[in-house]
Amino acid sequence: MIRRSLGQTSRRDVWWVWPVLVFLGLSTFIVYSTWAAFQGRDYHFGPYLSPFYSPELWGDSPHSWFGPKPGWWPAWAPFSPALLILWAPGGFRLTCYYYRGAYYKAFWADPPSCAVGEPRKSYWGESSLPLILQNVHRYFFYLAAIFLVLLAHDVWKAMWFTDPGSGKAHFGIGVGTIVLAVNVCLLGSYSLGCHSLRHLIGGSRDQLSKAPLCAKAYQCVGCFNRRHMMWAWFSLFSVGFADLYVRLCSKGIWHDWRIF
Amino acid sequence: MVQQQATFSIWRGDSAGGKTVDYTAEVSEGMVVLDAVHQIQATQANDLACRWNCKAGKCGSCSAEINGMPRLMCMTRLNDLDLTQPVTVEPMRAFPPVRDLVTDVSWNFRVKKKIKKFKPRKPDNPDGSWHMLQGDIDRVQEFRKCIECFLCQDVCHVLREHQMYEEFIGPRYFVYTAALEMHPLDTEDRLPELKQSQGAGLCNITKCCTKVCPENIHITDNAIIPLKERIVDRYYDPLKKLFRMFRPKSEG
Ligand code: SF4
Ligand code: SF4
Ligand code: FES
Ligand code: FES
Repeated sequence: MIRRSLGQTSRRDVWWVWPVLVFLGLSTFIVYSTWAAFQGRDYHFGPYLSPFYSPELWGDSPHSWFGPKPGWWPAWAPFSPALLILWAPGGFRLTCYYYRGAYYKAFWADPPSCAVGEPRKSYWGESSLPLILQNVHRYFFYLAAIFLVLLAHDVWKAMWFTDPGSGKAHFGIGVGTIVLAVNVCLLGSYSLGCHSLRHLIGGSRDQLSKAPLCAKAYQCVGCFNRRHMMWAWFSLFSVGFADLYVRLCSKGIWHDWRIF
Repeated sequence: MVQQQATFSIWRGDSAGGKTVDYTAEVSEGMVVLDAVHQIQATQANDLACRWNCKAGKCGSCSAEINGMPRLMCMTRLNDLDLTQPVTVEPMRAFPPVRDLVTDVSWNFRVKKKIKKFKPRKPDNPDGSWHMLQGDIDRVQEFRKCIECFLCQDVCHVLREHQMYEEFIGPRYFVYTAALEMHPLDTEDRLPELKQSQGAGLCNITKCCTKVCPENIHITDNAIIPLKERIVDRYYDPLKKLFRMFRPKSEG
């Protein structure tokens, strides 16, 4: 059989649309999130903290855990609280089974689309370096689960607005609170549909009936897992938007409406 | 659909080579691609070779590539295709052509023989029978729907583009292995060869197999990824390894 060259196919449909959309969607996110992470400012507004900057281990905002930028940080290196933590959710998405399949197609044309010719003859798949490292995914899941709890806590904090006059905190809900809350729900729907979680929570067993609790949990994870791709995109969009929202409010470009 | 004419570009040839030939057929309401191929065979090209059996999407014989996508000829309705252009009908690319639309799929049967057989635990009852709960075999039953049409094997780029027939068993046999590995009664261990000689790591989860499966088996999500996760448990996860050192006997 003669090998087909890149893009060669008998397919008639517009097979390139989906990979192009994935390419554009992921590239936009990568460019925006990298830019936002390097800013190191405008990442908090009132009680809101951008999800790219949470947890803020060191930094100048009131959300910081351990105070301002640490002394040991090399002077030549740019500092931003986001750079300290963003590798964890970034690694989680990078090694996610859904995204892997999607970017192998859209960024590496391996294959560009189903039944379409490829640019390279050689192929190693995920069984040798570097892609064998994708197998760490479950560890990134453990980290992502911690982040989820922290982001949920940020939503709670986003419900307490300090009164400028008295300095007292009042319960309230602003549009920003809702943006952050929706973001956590979407991130949760994405993370809780993780294939590694599905395996760890019950998929590894052949007799689930022996562990009824696992069986129930396995079903729940399965519900999210069936739409993993959808949750992956919704949550990617929402996390970027949540940062944008806080950023634009902080810059004074957008006004945050207090609902009550 | 009223009676109309449509052009079919059908690949004609054998292992030495071939080309597509255009045929015009009368098409009418309710026809599938296999009907058109049969009509062409009956009226214009008596020597046109094609394989079929049930015409109901259940025997898995009539696999071909229609407008470039691997599909069953008997389940592809003409009113779902654009008939203003010629419809291309080609044999599966991943397997050696025998003649026209017929390919030699025997490699698949050789692969299947290499997979360790079902090995049930000792019977639960004196009469040699077992107890199983429906809930425990739900997962496996999805895999049993497979009709061995080999469309997933055909579309998988590891076979189709990279021709790794020696080191990769293909999605159909990951489904088969998953059905055995996840079976509540089975005691056999197939993970070592799955990782080594059968190439589970070569699948890059691009899901083309899932897309073409006429039985809608979620090949990648429900068979391949869970097998990959079991391989991670055994070979790549340091915590699991540590855990096993202290608890050497694990559930079968
Ligand atoms: S998901 Fe894996 S087995 Fe299925 S077509 Fe893609 S590479 Fe092949
Ligand atoms: S898994 Fe689906 S596509 Fe593959 S051989 Fe079975 S029925 Fe055909
Ligand atoms: S598989 Fe997508 S998050 Fe784990
Ligand atoms: S003829 Fe049996 S599946 Fe098409």
